[in-house]
Amino acid sequence: MLAIENLKVEIDGKKILKGISLEVKAGEIHAIMGPNGSGKSTLAAVLAGREFAMVTEGTVTYMGKNLLDMPPEERSKEGIFLGFQYPIEIPGVSMVNFMKTAVNEHRKHKGLEPLSASDFLKMMRDKKELVEIDSKLANRSVNEGFSGGEKKKNEIFQMAMLEPELAILDETDSGLDIDALRIVANGVNRIKRPDTSAIVITHYQRLLDFIVPDVVHVLYDGRIVKTAGKELAHELEKKGYDWIKKEVDKNNLS
Amino acid sequence: MSALNERTERYYTLYKDNIKRISESSSPYINSFREAAIGRFNELGIPTKKNETYKYTSLDTFFNHDFKSCFIPVAQDFVKAEEFRCDVTDLDAHGIVLLNGFYPTIHDKLRELPGGIWIGSLNEAAKKFSKKIEMHYGKYAEDDKDGLVHLNTAMASDGVFIYVPEDVVLKKPIQIVNLVQSDEDIFNQHRNLIIVEKNADVTLIVCDHTLSPQKFLTNGVTEIYVGENSHFDIIRVQNEHNNAGKITHTFIHQERNSVASSNNITLHGGLVRNSTHHYLGGEGAESYSYGLYLADKFQHVDNYVNVNHAFPNCTSNQLFKGVLDDMATGAFNGRIFVRKDAQGTLAYQKNSSILLTDDAKMDTKPQLEIYADDVRCSHGATVGQLDENALFYLQSRGINKREARLMLMFGFAHDVIQNIKVEALRERMDNLVMQRLKGELSRCASCMVKCG
Ligand SMILES: Nc1ncnc2c1ncn2[C@@H]1O[C@H](COP(=O)(O)OP(=O)(O)OP(=O)(O)O)[C@@H](O)[C@H]1O
Ligand SMILES: [Mg+2]
Repeated sequence: MLAIENLKVEIDGKKILKGISLEVKAGEIHAIMGPNGSGKSTLAAVLAGREFAMVTEGTVTYMGKNLLDMPPEERSKEGIFLGFQYPIEIPGVSMVNFMKTAVNEHRKHKGLEPLSASDFLKMMRDKKELVEIDSKLANRSVNEGFSGGEKKKNEIFQMAMLEPELAILDETDSGLDIDALRIVANGVNRIKRPDTSAIVITHYQRLLDFIVPDVVHVLYDGRIVKTAGKELAHELEKKGYDWIKKEVDKNNLS
Repeated sequence: MSALNERTERYYTLYKDNIKRISESSSPYINSFREAAIGRFNELGIPTKKNETYKYTSLDTFFNHDFKSCFIPVAQDFVKAEEFRCDVTDLDAHGIVLLNGFYPTIHDKLRELPGGIWIGSLNEAAKKFSKKIEMHYGKYAEDDKDGLVHLNTAMASDGVFIYVPEDVVLKKPIQIVNLVQSDEDIFNQHRNLIIVEKNADVTLIVCDHTLSPQKFLTNGVTEIYVGENSHFDIIRVQNEHNNAGKITHTFIHQERNSVASSNNITLHGGLVRNSTHHYLGGEGAESYSYGLYLADKFQHVDNYVNVNHAFPNCTSNQLFKGVLDDMATGAFNGRIFVRKDAQGTLAYQKNSSILLTDDAKMDTKPQLEIYADDVRCSHGATVGQLDENALFYLQSRGINKREARLMLMFGFAHDVIQNIKVEALRERMDNLVMQRLKGELSRCASCMVKCG
């Protein structure tokens, strides 16, 4: 589904990603962990089409197409969804209008008619229930005045509306209380179909108790320095990153 | 009298040439202001950038133009206007159609709306309501330093009069559609007087549309009295072509515990300059001053707001926002004046602009003069671009860039529109703003006036 090959990315001339290779097959869940500032969000942003980061080398192929050639909206319509680490507040733009526009753009892309107002509202209701979102939030401006946790739940709600093939969730679990974490994780699991994939960026093993990954990667200083099964997350939880950093630095020296 | 400069002289000549005709149709009381006013105009002249409140606005392209005449409507003009066969078809509002700011003087010179509200020509009203007019006319338009206010007092031949008696609550708004139309370039000055007595509640919407391509210059003055405990909202929708200059001076005088708002929505126009004066003339009064300006090409929109806290425990709030495209320029100057004994004052001001190009420009200046100590006051101004992060957020959900930009601009503008209390009006304004942002606005499509 997604193949990243030796991806190198700079921001303002500073090397942030230093050669990432990663393959996500249909149906797989990959977790990406790693210390602050290692480049996880940059990777997610590049996959979603954010322009501030410059790709200097490497390729990204998604469903057989060159992903890096597509504008962000095209990627979304082709099934990529980014759950933002810091969702943006957009005063004056209502959630309803935002989602209606987005859903209908997706439908147009698939050659479908726009949804009628009543069908759309029904869809909103169903998805809100699915991800257990307070119904009042959907009547407000996009993320405006939402609490940290509400913003994260709103990301999952949008994901439920757009039914992506590949969901990239950037620390969707940060700032959630235990109940909210369960709601978000359940939401992700309910939306996931057997052939859809996810990349879950997180600092905490506890999310991975709910969303069980097939593979866990550690990103450190712009590189994937370790890849293993889900037990790696437990190990990181116990031991932190120091041992990995030491391993990497030792290899670099030798 | 010392020698007048060429431009002042030209308007003085226009005055001398027309004053006889103007005075003939007006009441002696209104005429009694004219001589002093033209004298003061001759001292002040047409404002230039040296005038503090016109610092960012040049009136030259319009005032240097030699308008051969000033517009003084005669019955025949209205017959011509009627050839447009404009039907007032809207059921949501009490509608009135004006020509170049003047109330038609052929039929219904003064008409009664439900609740004993009267609306009509100021000259006509001066007969029936002479006492009211003597109580209010010329009492609030007291921007002594602005030559244009004096020029209007000296020369305006007529305008709209609205009288709302005590305790009247009008559910439907009054909508005035002002058609700007002529076969030649014209300079026109009208004078409006709105009297809202105590415990009343009225919403007024005034829409300006140019219908012919001639060069227009309008210099209008509106005096508004809002009695104790009353609510009054005025919403102005300005939609004129690039060759039209529109200068408005609105003076709102509020009595105690009254609530008044003004909303200047500038959708289109060559040169627009709105000055809005709020006088909080009794304890507990609240005033709201809103404005939205959407400009492109070489358009210029200037809003000057002057809030005068003359009594304790009053609240005022200014919110002005705008989007400037191409080479368009804008100016905002918000003055908050708090008198020494106006304790317990709350005064807020905010101005935000989005510049879509490097050539667009916005000048914004707060002006605070606070002489009381128990005052809560805040002001803020931002000038910036569309938020790149927000743009990306929308795009990342499948919305193309053009649409995403529109949504952001619309959301930005909606902040002003949402303050319109009448829902139907609010929705209509939202639609107009959207059309304008898409570049699809010619005449306000949903306007009650269907011309053809
Ligand atoms: N817009 C930007 N301009 C300059 N540097 C940036 C920008 N965005 C990110 N960076 C830098 O890139 C590096 C990687 O940041 P990134 O946000 O990808 O880290 P992360 O792994 O997601 O960290 P965290 O766990 O804290 O979320 C950091 O050093 C960061 O300061
Ligand atoms: Mg991050």
